[in-house]
Amino acid sequence: MDLSRHINVRWLKPPVFLLCLGPLAHLVWMGFHDELGANPVEYITHSTGTWTLVALCVTLSITPLRRILEQNWLIRFRRMFGLFAFFYGSLHFTTYVWVYSGFDVHAMIDDVYKRPFITAGFTAYVLMIPLALTSTSGMIRRLGGRRWQLLHELIYVSAIAGAIHYYWLVKSDERVPLRFAAVVALLLGYRVIFYAFQRKERAAAKKGTRESVLSA
Amino acid sequence: MLIKKPSDIPYSEITPKAVYMNRRKFLAGVAAATGAVTLAARPVSEWLAPQSVLADGTKLEPLAKSPFSTTEPITPLKDVTHYNNYYEFGTDKADPAKYSTKFVTSPWSVSVDGEVNKPGKYDLGELLKLAPLEERIYRHRCVEAWSIVVPWIGYSFSVLAKLADPKPTAKFVAFQSYYDPKQMPLGQQAGIELPYVEGLRLDEAMNPLTLLTFGMFGETLPNQDGAPVRMVMPWKYGFKSIKSIVRIRFVRDMPPTTWNIANAHEYGFYSNVNPQVDHPRWSQASERRLDGSFFGKRIKTLMFNGYADQVASMYTGMDLRKYY
Repeated sequence: MDLSRHINVRWLKPPVFLLCLGPLAHLVWMGFHDELGANPVEYITHSTGTWTLVALCVTLSITPLRRILEQNWLIRFRRMFGLFAFFYGSLHFTTYVWVYSGFDVHAMIDDVYKRPFITAGFTAYVLMIPLALTSTSGMIRRLGGRRWQLLHELIYVSAIAGAIHYYWLVKSDERVPLRFAAVVALLLGYRVIFYAFQRKERAAAKKGTRESVLSA
Repeated sequence: MLIKKPSDIPYSEITPKAVYMNRRKFLAGVAAATGAVTLAARPVSEWLAPQSVLADGTKLEPLAKSPFSTTEPITPLKDVTHYNNYYEFGTDKADPAKYSTKFVTSPWSVSVDGEVNKPGKYDLGELLKLAPLEERIYRHRCVEAWSIVVPWIGYSFSVLAKLADPKPTAKFVAFQSYYDPKQMPLGQQAGIELPYVEGLRLDEAMNPLTLLTFGMFGETLPNQDGAPVRMVMPWKYGFKSIKSIVRIRFVRDMPPTTWNIANAHEYGFYSNVNPQVDHPRWSQASERRLDGSFFGKRIKTLMFNGYADQVASMYTGMDLRKYY
């Protein structure tokens, strides 16, 4: 059953948008109520980082959900979630640059190429920039569907790098980073299997048409 | 910032004799200071009983000042008690404050054994009476590159060590924390082997800076900060300063230490604060000083956390890159 008959996507977008702003609103509220703890900057960095990963996973889950549940209308939310991933990623990155290492630019540059976990996080973020820039309908048209699609497969690299970034960061309790890694693996694994099936089907279909042509 | 060498000031001057002589009155003073509520719950006789232990938040007085204290601004109590690494009570910084409230620290005893002439088991009341309590305001630098300033209360560990009388064969001191999965269920998810163990070379343990710590901010230690007794070595990364100690063992060989077991590549036995030797995953050149402000401030990390005058001589000739 396609739910789009019962759901007005245009009406649903504003509340979903507001929901996506929830984590930021919560952080601001905590900031004003002195609830960010002893190390507010660290709290903001961790929180925005977590929400970046959540938004990435939600974005990546749209296509599988759309196919499995046969709800094509879901695709109309994908861009919004993707841009929110970039939004929280930008906040995360800005916190790191502005306050964490704010006092020494050289130390920060040193960090990016010397520390694997920062290199991974930096990679994940930087790869999201072209995706955000080409997210408009105009850019999709200009690039052409196939090229745009190819470019946007960078999100897979971002998600993997993001999950690794988190895993490499923790000292000992790896449960949460491993959960993120499992979700990313599941979402990417679905695609691998889906494309493998699709190829097989296409090959079978091709063979089928050739045979029918020959027999005609 | 001025840190005087210990030799500048005789110990007798650091601790006024009156304070020292007042030791016997100390327990009575504690009882009086705690007020009627505590008194009702804990009669004076209980303080004097062998198993008596001071409850979390009991005032510790009188306190001698220490020349080792820094004059830097003290980190707010709220931050020191709500931003903790105490993995037995959870790995989130906010966890220990939440999950240690019911931790039972009374009765409490610490066994001192191994290569000593006088092994023994001390209950907390006995330990508190071994020497006058001093307030020492130390910088505390975590391996995670944040730091705080804490007014600890205790006395030099050497007092207890001398009492135990180490044999010449004793080269190291091994410490062990309390661990009870029933009281600390989150410990099973900590990702480190428990009970927590730590160690010092004997000369490090005997260094006057090494503090056997019973309190902070004028009171007994809160549970999340390692009640009822912990170590504080301000020139080492925070994780060396083991909490809630139940066993102290003088040994011949370098003892295993928890974080070294978990990841030898990242955490060495010495773990002296050293801005020149980075953690493999982050720089140790600077630290975030948690001072209660929103952004904190980023400051340069000092060699031995600024205690080089007191401790550097113990490491002369050692390659601190190799022995990190």
